Amino acid sequence: MQNRVTVVVVEEDRDRATGIVNALTDTGDCDVFVIASHSGLARQIARHAPDIVLIDIDNPTRDMMEELTLASGPLDRPVAMFVSGAAGGLAKAAIEAGVSAYVVDGLAPERLKPVMDTAIARFSMVRQMRQELAETRRALEERKVIDRAKGLLMKARGIDEDAAYALLRKTAMDQGRRVADVAEALVTAAGLLG
Amino acid sequence: MNRVSLPVAYMPLVDAAPLIIAQEMGFADSEAISLDLIAAPSWSSLRDMLCFGRVDAAHILSAVPVAMGLGLGGMTTPLAAVSVLSVNGNVIGIGRPLEERLRLQGYMFDFSDAYAAAVALLEAKSERLVFGVPFPFSMHVELLRYWAERTALGAESIEIRTVPPPLMAEALQAGDIDAFCVGEPWGSVVVDRGLGALLLPGKAIWQGAPEKVLATRRDWAETEPDLLGRLMRAVWQANRWLAKPESRIAAAEILSRQVYLDLPPELVDRSLSGRMIVSGQGEQRDCDGFLRFPGSAAGFPWRSQAKWIAHRLERMHGPFGPSSVETAARVFRSDLYRQHMAQTDADLPGASEKLEGAIRYPTAVGSTRGGLNLQPDGFFDGAIFDPDTLE
Repeated sequence: MQNRVTVVVVEEDRDRATGIVNALTDTGDCDVFVIASHSGLARQIARHAPDIVLIDIDNPTRDMMEELTLASGPLDRPVAMFVSGAAGGLAKAAIEAGVSAYVVDGLAPERLKPVMDTAIARFSMVRQMRQELAETRRALEERKVIDRAKGLLMKARGIDEDAAYALLRKTAMDQGRRVADVAEALVTAAGLLG
Repeated sequence: MNRVSLPVAYMPLVDAAPLIIAQEMGFADSEAISLDLIAAPSWSSLRDMLCFGRVDAAHILSAVPVAMGLGLGGMTTPLAAVSVLSVNGNVIGIGRPLEERLRLQGYMFDFSDAYAAAVALLEAKSERLVFGVPFPFSMHVELLRYWAERTALGAESIEIRTVPPPLMAEALQAGDIDAFCVGEPWGSVVVDRGLGALLLPGKAIWQGAPEKVLATRRDWAETEPDLLGRLMRAVWQANRWLAKPESRIAAAEILSRQVYLDLPPELVDRSLSGRMIVSGQGEQRDCDGFLRFPGSAAGFPWRSQAKWIAHRLERMHGPFGPSSVETAARVFRSDLYRQHMAQTDADLPGASEKLEGAIRYPTAVGSTRGGLNLQPDGFFDGAIFDPDTLE
């Protein structure tokens, strides 16, 4: 029987970690551990002697794992960043998906691939969801600023809402800027002028 | 010339200024390039972005390309360090418990005497001191070790751990570390949050420490000479601008913007002006040359600087053998610097190696235009590193 692949996932967010663990467990062939706190990260990881460590690319604690590449014994050294050669394309796909993977040197590529494919798909999904959330938030913020700018124009110029918006849009087009940026400038200026 | 957009990664630190200023002040524009500046969340991800071609150039720790040349760390793609972006600029600081003990001992926090600081720490410590640093391959580590080895403190009495600077304050509070060595603004952030005090500037250990370099992949540097030349000249112009005292206020304002460091300009200004607030009690210490941007020669990537780094890395992680050290030192591309700066009025030194630590006062040296002054590069213990006699 083949040994199972041990995977450590470094992730503070519980829901996200659970999702990743479930997806990986479904591939069958691996044991997955989650590390949620970054205190003594290198030691925590070394304890599991993992074959693969997965961590979000935006996570600053990634630098703490770099110390693991300096461990002296080959068994203490679970982390050459990606296996070279066969998995070269995987590495690039992983980076684009926002996941950093540390892989034991010498782990057979055919055993690595299913785990990495799953992780990449999962990370891409989470990344996309986060991006959509951020965009929705920003759109809401912009909406608010535009409304305030409209209000300011309506009061200062005695025009109605549609005319105020038309004025904002025209100014934005003339200056080659976004409506939200023009609105923001107006609100800031109005704040300064009292 | 067609305008080309160049993806460039940086860590949000004060010493990323040459790249940010090159873009913001129009120096990139005058070379018909535009820098698409991407802030990296960690040094390892910045390195990976560069290695995998997500970016073409990066603001990177001077020790990283050398370490990679020695096969250390997670990636070993050959890089080229084409110029030095900044000299000095790190601080060594301590958490509150140590600060209080030092105050009881009557330590004055002079922020300059490396021997006195070591003696004071030795008296204050009860066990091994744990220092947090941003990355295992960095000037931070090398300066700390060099200092501990050559003072009363001793190499055995310090332990160095990697802690990402944004988490340094937290690690101090949690007691995971006792002290730290970081680049600005992170030292000042610790002081302003009342979590510790600054003990020494990096320059109190080595006055001429190459801190960050401009790096590209070696194959990119060789296949895109035109783009590389434009990038290097834009950064060189930015560096000249930054070296002028009158640029300081504008530089602090630009760097402090939300898209870059997102910090009060006053805080950024401390390291640019060398007027550091060293403790929560508001003690100010003036440190001339705290962080130096290369006005004239400091941008030149001296092979001897890379050799010093390779030599130190070998002591810690080696042995690698003399030929590996020699090869690793060659990632500092003085040849490319000469090639691409030839068409500017940059004054290029005659040699590519120098005795590190031998310059006590600004000194004129042989150069293409004959007007080159090298700035002091002494080590605190007066040692001189001869790149030709690596033991």
